Amino acid sequence: MENLNGYLIVSAILFAIGTIGVLTRKNAIVIFMCIELMLNAVNLTFISLSRHLGHLDGQIFVIFIMTVAAAEAAVGLALMIAFYNNKESIDVEDVNLMKW
Amino acid sequence: METLFFVIISLVAIISAILVITCKNPINSALSLIMTFFCLATYYVMLDAPFMAAIQVMVYAGAIMVLIVFTIMLLNIRVNATQKHSHKVLLGSILGIFILINTVVLLFKSQVSNPVGGLTGDLIKNLGHSELIGREMFTTFLLPFEITSILLLVAIIGSVILAKKKI
Amino acid sequence: MFDNVWLIPLFPLIGFLINGFFGKKIKNEAVIGGIGTLMIFMSFIVSCGILMQMIGLPPEQRVFEKVLFPWIHCGNFKADMAFLVDPLSAVMIMVVTGVGSLIHLYSIGYMHGEEGFYRFFAYLNLFCMAMLLLVLGNNMLVMFIGWEGVGLCSYLLIGYYFHKKSAGDAGKKAFVMNRVGDFGFLLGMFTLYWWFGSNHNIWTINFTEIKAASHLLPYGGVVTVATLCFFVGATGKSAQIPLFTWLPDAMEGPTPVSALIHAATMVTAGVYMIGRMSFVFIKSPDTMMVVAVVGAATAIFAATIGTAQNDIKRVLAYSTVSQLGFMFLAMGVGAFWAGIFHLMTHAFFKACMFLGSGSVIHSMHHALHHGHLHDDAQDMRNMGGLRKVMPITFITFFVSTLAIAGIFPFSGFFSKDEILWKAFSNPYHGNLNIILWGTGAIAACFTAFYMFRLVFMTFFGECRINPKVKSHLHESPLVITIPLMVLGALATVGGFIGMPKVMGALPNYLEHWLDPVFELANEFGTKYAHEGGHHSHALEWGLMGLSIAIAVVGIMIALTMYVKNTGAPARFTATFPALHRAVYNKWYIDELYDFLFVNPCKAFGQFLWKGFDVVVVDGIVNGVANVVMGFSGIFRYMQSGYIYNYAFSMVLGVVVILGYYIFK
Repeated sequence: MENLNGYLIVSAILFAIGTIGVLTRKNAIVIFMCIELMLNAVNLTFISLSRHLGHLDGQIFVIFIMTVAAAEAAVGLALMIAFYNNKESIDVEDVNLMKW
Repeated sequence: METLFFVIISLVAIISAILVITCKNPINSALSLIMTFFCLATYYVMLDAPFMAAIQVMVYAGAIMVLIVFTIMLLNIRVNATQKHSHKVLLGSILGIFILINTVVLLFKSQVSNPVGGLTGDLIKNLGHSELIGREMFTTFLLPFEITSILLLVAIIGSVILAKKKI
Repeated sequence: MFDNVWLIPLFPLIGFLINGFFGKKIKNEAVIGGIGTLMIFMSFIVSCGILMQMIGLPPEQRVFEKVLFPWIHCGNFKADMAFLVDPLSAVMIMVVTGVGSLIHLYSIGYMHGEEGFYRFFAYLNLFCMAMLLLVLGNNMLVMFIGWEGVGLCSYLLIGYYFHKKSAGDAGKKAFVMNRVGDFGFLLGMFTLYWWFGSNHNIWTINFTEIKAASHLLPYGGVVTVATLCFFVGATGKSAQIPLFTWLPDAMEGPTPVSALIHAATMVTAGVYMIGRMSFVFIKSPDTMMVVAVVGAATAIFAATIGTAQNDIKRVLAYSTVSQLGFMFLAMGVGAFWAGIFHLMTHAFFKACMFLGSGSVIHSMHHALHHGHLHDDAQDMRNMGGLRKVMPITFITFFVSTLAIAGIFPFSGFFSKDEILWKAFSNPYHGNLNIILWGTGAIAACFTAFYMFRLVFMTFFGECRINPKVKSHLHESPLVITIPLMVLGALATVGGFIGMPKVMGALPNYLEHWLDPVFELANEFGTKYAHEGGHHSHALEWGLMGLSIAIAVVGIMIALTMYVKNTGAPARFTATFPALHRAVYNKWYIDELYDFLFVNPCKAFGQFLWKGFDVVVVDGIVNGVANVVMGFSGIFRYMQSGYIYNYAFSMVLGVVVILGYYIFK
């Protein structure tokens, strides 16, 4: 497959953008979405390499990642609702109970 | 032709990804993310993985993103124009760029091995992608597949309890 | 019977365990006191059996060793839990268990209704156990267990009324002073062990083995060092100069304790120890001289203090110190058997006197308590004329007083006269003899004076107690008076077993009895004894008469001053105010010790506390803490508590690690 590097670079860019989002955004839901973005960047890597190597295992792996992402979305969003109930906010700067 | 298409899709994906992290309103971010997911689905089709493209659209763009948008609307967070929506932009960006540099350098320094499996474009066209995935999933990966169902069950119960109780 | 010697210390131990662990539950005073008394009485019976059997044997077979179990076997060092039965320890166990039984019996009456009755009997039993271990131990280590045990019990019993600060202080004082002595004992033990081991490869602390090897010891030199160390131990335990000040303070304890521990048994441990090691002590002429001089000095010194005290028990305490001085004098002049003889007679008459004073105090206390008065029940100035209300106490006390004053034919006469005669005629100290004898004789005169002063102030004259409660004074119950009568009888006749040869009416049983023990010492002594130790019988008779005359003089002075001419003491005080103040304040010895030792120690302690501990130690500790706190104050900024900062660190870590692998 001739265009493998293109896919991988796009995947790397998406991953880096996701990372920046996780590190810089305050809104917990946006952070959550950035994590999804990073997971998808990885998925793209998996599938393109799977296609290149001619082996299906990478794609199976992507299915599992999707499952985990789905579970994570359910639990994470529930957590955010619970947090919002307590603090009237989902700003990560308000998650400060560990602060001394 | 295909290269041009690839570049356009890539530009759309990257721009919408950047919009995800720059939009003030989380709804806008969510919509941009859906755009990115559609671009990724397009890639999957280009990579001869139509089944993955389908579940990408259904699970990610459909289920998960609907859930997120639903949550955003449920919580009804008002966007305060005076409040900063991001912090440590410089440090975070530098770190992100370093990650990008790391991966790209890794990409160019390393050598990808030759195909090892028997999966070819012809085979996929003849048998169909869904059948290949299904065959693999229900033979070699049967046990992990079953375990994921338990994981999902746990997630369902956990999220119900978390959202229901006042913690 | 010899085989059962281990029963003797075992019975009091059982009594201690029963009363100590279950006494609080038993509650019934009769049962607790009964157990305590019965246990020590059973020891007494066993001791009697051993004595009987020993009398039946020829003198050379009267030594018996019973190894109960091997205790410490370590390299060359070997110490067994073993008992030594010989004529000397037979005398001691008879005294300890005999007098001990009587005092236990007496305590049932005396301690009636006291808080912690069981505690008292438990301690008393424990004390008897330790004392018996001390006198029966066949090596220095077993002896040392007893030595420490009696010190501990003494501390516990002096501090029996621990809610009183003075009692607690007195207990501590006794304990600390005893510790000083114990240190000496240990050093002596180590010295002997080391010398025998390194020079002759005889690694032993066993008395029998040391005795067998004692001909190897040199005269003087290392023996002087070792024996002086032992003697420091003896001064601590037996309240000799310079470590005697604890004994008068020890009178804070209940009176039976004073009688048992601080008159009859524990304080004589030092005398016994010197007797037990006579064959070592005699090898050092210098030590013998020190022992004799310290003994004589203590005798006269304590006797002078005794003349001016008003607390009945304090007078007896100084009397005890003085009499112990006599015993050490006897030891120092080589008359070991006379020292043991005086130890025994002193145990009888002094125990009797202490118990008699306890009976008086008991009665006074009751009377004063009845009238809700807070006068001092022990102050002789509140007493007087008690002979009419307490006849039995008076008679027994009077008999004992005659004994201690040295009036023929009471027991004290024989023992004290023997000591004075030996002080005069012994062949060891040359020209010092006359000084030793003179000091002893003057001390005897003082003894007669202050003892009769006590008797006259307590039992004769007008009753000076508050008239309101006079009618409440009464004789003590039988359980108290029976021991008094027995001890009074012993104080009367106890001296006949040691009658001097010149009298000739009876053979000198005790000297012959103890001969096998002290034979070797006398043999060693002849090496440096000078000639001319032979004095005529006429001289002995003369000195005997003189000592009685001295005693009578003392009694007469007391009679004049306290019965016939009661204004005399006040006039005397007015004439020599400084002298009286000095004697009344015990020659300011306590103050001197405070000045010399206690206050420097306190000042040093203060310095260590405020100068060293607070500044240096606390400074280091707090400094380390402050440094740690400072650093963590810096590092804690890493732990901001915000999750995004942790995410940041994590990503940074990933970047760095990945970068390392990619760019390396």
